[in-house]
Amino acid sequence: MLKPLTLASVISSSRQQMLTSRVDLLAIFRSPAQPLKSAALGLLLILPFSVLAKEPYQTTEAFLDETFSGKPPSPDVVWLRGEVKETAAEILGHAYPGIRVRYWGKDNRTAWVLEETGKTQPITVGLVVNEDGLESIRVLAFRESRGWEVRYPFFTDQFSGIRLTTDHKLDRDIDGISGATLSVRALKKLSRLALYLHQQTALDNDTSP
Amino acid sequence: MKLKLFSAAAAGCLLACSQLVLADGQPPTPTIEQLWEIIQSQQAEIEALKKEQQETAKQAADADEKAEAAVVAVEEVDTKTAGVASWVDKTTIGGYGELHYNNFEGEDNELDLHRFVLFFGHEFTDSIRFFSEFEIEHDVAGDGKNGEVEVEQAYVEFDLRENMQAKGGVFLMPVGILNETHEPGTFYGVERNDVENIIIPSTWWEGGAALNGYFENGISWDLAITSGLEMPTTGNNAFRVRSGRQKASEATANDLSYTGRLKYTGTPGLELAATVNYQSNATQSNNDGLNEGILYETHAIYNKGPFGLRALYARWNFNGSAVSTAGADDQYGWYIEPSYKPWEKVGLYTRYEKLDGARDQDQFDQWEVGANFWPHPDVVLKADYRDRNVDSNSSGADDVKAFDLGIGYQF
Repeated sequence: MLKPLTLASVISSSRQQMLTSRVDLLAIFRSPAQPLKSAALGLLLILPFSVLAKEPYQTTEAFLDETFSGKPPSPDVVWLRGEVKETAAEILGHAYPGIRVRYWGKDNRTAWVLEETGKTQPITVGLVVNEDGLESIRVLAFRESRGWEVRYPFFTDQFSGIRLTTDHKLDRDIDGISGATLSVRALKKLSRLALYLHQQTALDNDTSP
Repeated sequence: MKLKLFSAAAAGCLLACSQLVLADGQPPTPTIEQLWEIIQSQQAEIEALKKEQQETAKQAADADEKAEAAVVAVEEVDTKTAGVASWVDKTTIGGYGELHYNNFEGEDNELDLHRFVLFFGHEFTDSIRFFSEFEIEHDVAGDGKNGEVEVEQAYVEFDLRENMQAKGGVFLMPVGILNETHEPGTFYGVERNDVENIIIPSTWWEGGAALNGYFENGISWDLAITSGLEMPTTGNNAFRVRSGRQKASEATANDLSYTGRLKYTGTPGLELAATVNYQSNATQSNNDGLNEGILYETHAIYNKGPFGLRALYARWNFNGSAVSTAGADDQYGWYIEPSYKPWEKVGLYTRYEKLDGARDQDQFDQWEVGANFWPHPDVVLKADYRDRNVDSNSSGADDVKAFDLGIGYQF
């Protein structure tokens, strides 16, 4: 009969208790090691043949349909010139890879599809800004090996209602994910960028050329 | 039709006017034929103007279209580095490094380029990628030198499902806090903590295959089958776990290693994890007094606002007559590390560690206090003070008091 191992037992047990647990747990592995090895190796050889054809979690079209109840407005753009261009670069930590940013807006509510690299791969994010506050943020495509947590509501819900301070920072803290610092940082940057660009849209100021 | 009516009316009007002019003794008026010619000429001019206007409008539309195309082209140049081979878009380079200065009380001080690391990655497709980590430790490697050149990671990863991946090659073992995430800016202390050096032999990498997956509630899992340890049973490093790493360098693979991990990261700022690693024979050979080994590790990380806490416990149990006789069959360590960031760029911490490793110098408790300063999110300056008390000074193991400085970066 195997003795269950708990965190409490690991920390508080005496040396003798630990040795007893050890013997029992070793017994789990002792006999099935060879069959386990063969089965696992075989499985790992087969698995790559069922590689997933990767697609975004949500397309831009579906994101816009959902945001605007199936009737997205025509896209408009914010041109990155002068101070707007400089501020966007300051927020991202590098120049924005383009000379304009497309958005969809109606009634002082704007939707943005932006990309920023996490550790090595771009993360595609859909953001909705409403009356200068972030209404929602959704990861449309995530390509990194680590940091998958940023996809899910338990992380993204923190951004709801967040605003921009006068020095273009978020007005409250976002709790990070251990081991996913760069993915978290990417989403924070894109939130700041969307909130800033919303202030530059034709809905507030006509910046079109 | 309308044109003809208009022409006839105009001709009639002009005829009437000419009679009035004649009555005033003015020059004779043009004939109807001449008027018709004038009207025809004016009509042609109107048609020409209309055509010109249409062409101008078309040219304006063309200009808009060309401007749009030019903008798109500029954006594509910005984002895709046009003119360069497509593999460049799919290949990534990164890295990190750290320089340490250790000021020991009563011993020689040391300055060391501890690590210089380059990452190379490549995406074959959206679902198949390669990742590698190339490291030079202690600056200079070669015969009689202190350093080592190491490939700590070189694996191909496959996305099997939206939330499941497999990988094969050389990779970091899924255990502990620092083993997989150890860029200098991500942890406190110039030197890494000792539990994840002596008990968990970080950086610990092996060759093999692994599966991992995750769920929407924040729970993830890892399974790995890899090469195992080859621990020495004699000499100064007998039964020392760290000395058993084969580093995937013509590793003896008679007895493999099996690893499983469960992790919860479903609450922002919180990580809870537990790992079990089983070594089917920790020396890769029989009848040497050291057989199986099993590692249990669990840790917690919690960051809330400026406050942080890390705690980790790890324990090895080994089976065999020689390891039992040496008293090294049970090796463990734990630490707790609270931290506080008074400002965004400054963090303060203290750490208490308790170690019971195989060698006398690996059995101690230690207090450490220090600070990190991040002038940029990817650059860190560090300072700390360590006070280590070994359990027994009888066999030459010494207490350690040291002041450390460090600089690190990642990109």
